[in-house]
Amino acid sequence: MAQITLIEAVTQALAYEMAHDESVVVLGEDVGVNGGVFRATQGLQEKFGELRVLDTPLDETTIAGVTVGMAAQGMKPVAEAQFEGFIYPMMEQIACHAARLRNRTRGRITVPAVWRAPWGGGIRAPEHHSEANEHLFTNIPGLRVVLPSSPARAYGLLLAAIRDPDPVMFFEPKRIYRQYKEEVPDDGEALPLDVCFVLRDGTDVTLVTWGAQVKETLEAADALAAEGISAEVIDVATLTPLDFDTIAESVAKTGRCVIVHEAPKTAGFGAEIAARLAEECMYDLLAPVERVTGFDTHIPLFRLEMKYLPSTERVVEAAKRTLAAS
Amino acid sequence: MSIAAKFEIEYLQYLDAEGKQVRDDLPAFAQDLDQMVELYKLMLSTRVFDAKSIALQRTGKLGTYASCLGHEAAHVGIGSAMKPEDVLAPSYREYGAQLYRGVQPREVYMYWGGDERGNDYQNEPARHDFAWSVPIATQCLHAAGSALAFKIRGEKRVAVCTIGDGGSSKGDFYGAINIAGAQNLPMVAVIVNNQWAISVPRKIQSGAPTLAQKGIAAGLYCIQVDGNDIIAVRKAMEDALERARNGEGGSVIEAVTYRLGDHTTADDARRYRGEQEVKDAWAKDPVKRLKNWLVARKVWDDKKEEAWKAECDDWMDNEVNAYLETKTQPVSAMFDYTFAEIPADLEKQRDLALSLENKAH
Repeated sequence: MAQITLIEAVTQALAYEMAHDESVVVLGEDVGVNGGVFRATQGLQEKFGELRVLDTPLDETTIAGVTVGMAAQGMKPVAEAQFEGFIYPMMEQIACHAARLRNRTRGRITVPAVWRAPWGGGIRAPEHHSEANEHLFTNIPGLRVVLPSSPARAYGLLLAAIRDPDPVMFFEPKRIYRQYKEEVPDDGEALPLDVCFVLRDGTDVTLVTWGAQVKETLEAADALAAEGISAEVIDVATLTPLDFDTIAESVAKTGRCVIVHEAPKTAGFGAEIAARLAEECMYDLLAPVERVTGFDTHIPLFRLEMKYLPSTERVVEAAKRTLAAS
Repeated sequence: MSIAAKFEIEYLQYLDAEGKQVRDDLPAFAQDLDQMVELYKLMLSTRVFDAKSIALQRTGKLGTYASCLGHEAAHVGIGSAMKPEDVLAPSYREYGAQLYRGVQPREVYMYWGGDERGNDYQNEPARHDFAWSVPIATQCLHAAGSALAFKIRGEKRVAVCTIGDGGSSKGDFYGAINIAGAQNLPMVAVIVNNQWAISVPRKIQSGAPTLAQKGIAAGLYCIQVDGNDIIAVRKAMEDALERARNGEGGSVIEAVTYRLGDHTTADDARRYRGEQEVKDAWAKDPVKRLKNWLVARKVWDDKKEEAWKAECDDWMDNEVNAYLETKTQPVSAMFDYTFAEIPADLEKQRDLALSLENKAH
C-alpha cells in the first residue's frame, strides 16, 4: 500500500467521495487544471470534469455564497479558500447563512457543505498567507471547525466532514502538508467528528493541541520522556462542537494541562479550554493551566515567523513549570 | 475608431400611469383577461395583507415589519412568471411573489412576529424557495449556487433572486451576476428599484444611468421595465426565464418602482424625502393602473373590488388569528435546529435552559 502525505490524503478523500457520491463537487480558485496551489485537487478535474471540479471567478464571496446555494439544493460542495488569510470575505455567507439556515428555517433548508482552507504559518509564504484564525469560527453556532494533523486523520475527517449534514470548516495545517508519509488505505472509512484523539498516553501532564502544533507537541512529549516525564498528547481535531470529556478525563489523571496553539493567545480557542478546565476540573488541577500560543501580534513576515510559532522548547518548559508547581 | 463593445438598454412598458395601453403587442398572458383579473386580485390581496401587517405592528402584535406598499406589480409579476420547479431567493419584502408561490400570510406574521417557524414555508412550491434574506444581496449568490446545481444536474429549472437598488451596490450581487454570465447559469436577477435604500436615494447608489446595465458587464441579458406595470414585469420575466431554462443565458431585470411606505415600521421616511415626491409616486400606483385597464375592458368594477376586498379581509383575519393563536415555541427550540443532531456539549446547555424554564413556572 502506498504511503501518502497529508495533502495527498486530502486529494484521496476528495477523489473517493466524488467517485461514490455524485452530489459532491469541488469549487474554488485554481482547483481545476492547476489542481490547487498546493495540489490538493490534483487530477480531480481530469477524472470528474469541469463542472464537478469548478474553477470559479476570483471572488471569495462568490465561492462562499454559491456554495451555500448549491448545498441548499442538496449538493455537497467542497469549497476551497486558497489561503486562510483570504477567508474573511467568506465569513458573512458562512456565519449568516451556512451556519444558520437549518436553524432559521426550522430544518427546512440545510447546508451540507465543507470549506477547506490551507491554514497556519511556517512555510515562508508571503504576507496574508500564514493566518491561524480558527477561533473566529469556533464562536459561530451551527458550524463545525475541524483541523486534521496527520495523513490518516486528514483522510478520515475530510470524508466525515463531507458526509456531515451540517457545514464544516476544514482547516488544513499546510506546514505539515508534506511533513511525513503514512499508509492510508483508500477504503472510504471516515473517522468520527466531535471527538478528540489521544495521540500518546501519559500520566504526568496533558498536552492539548491541534493542527500543525501536533508536531511540536509530540516532539515535546519525546523530550519530556527523555527526562522521565510522562506526557499525554491530545489532538482536539474537532474544536467545535468540543469533546471536553476526553480532555477532562486526561486532566483528572495527570492534574496538569498545557494548551498549545499557534493563533494569538487572547480569546484564542485555548482560552475556551482553559476556562472549561477552571469551571469543571478545578479540583483535579495540581498546577495552573499553561498556554503556549502565538503572540497577540500579527504573524510576522517569514524572517521572524518561527519566533512567533510555539516551539518544542516552549512546550517543554511550560510542561515543566506545571510539574514544578506541584 | 473601432468599438470594442456597445450596448443599449430597452425600456419596456405596456400600461402608462393611468392604465392606458401604450403598445399593441400584448403578450399572450395579458390577452387572457381572466388571468389578468386573477393577477389583479393577488395584487389587491397583497395590499390588504400589507395594511393588516402594519396595523398589527402598530398595535404591538408584530415586531418590525418591512412593507411592500407600491411593489405589488413587480412582486406579483415576478412570482407569477415563475414555474413551480423554479427557485426564488428573495430579500425581505417580496410578499406578492411569495403569496403566489404559496407562502401563507400567517408565516409572514410569524417571521416578523419573532418566530423562526415563519421561515418554514409549508406549501409548495414556496417550500423549496429560500427564506427571507436580511443581509443585503447575499441571496443573489444562493440563486447563483442553485442555478449551478441545476446546471450540473441537468435540470430545466431557473433560480430567481430579487434585490433592491441599494442591494445592487453590493459585491454579492456583482459576484452572482458575474458567475451567472461566466458559467451560463439559469439565473434571473431582478433589481426592484424602489428609489430608496432606507434614507439613501438611488442616485447615491450608482452613477450608471440604469441599474439594468450592470448585467451587461457580466454578459447577461438586461432590460429595464416599468415596475408598476405588471404586464411589463411579467413579460420581461417570462422572456428571461425561457432563455435561462433553455440554456441561453441569465438576465438582469430592473423593475423601476417606488417604495410608497417607510423602509420598515421602524423607519420614518418623512425625515429624508418630500411629500410631493411621494404624491407623484402615488399617481403611478401599480394597483390603480391595472384596475383602470381592467375596468376599461369591463372585466372589473367597484362592486367586484369591494367584494374581493371583503374576502381578503376575511382571509387576513383568519391568518392573523392563526398567527396570534400559535403558541410560542418551547425554549428547547433554540437548540434543536442548530445541528442535525444536537452535540453532547450543546445538550447540556439545552438542559440548563429547560431547567431555568421549569424554575420560572
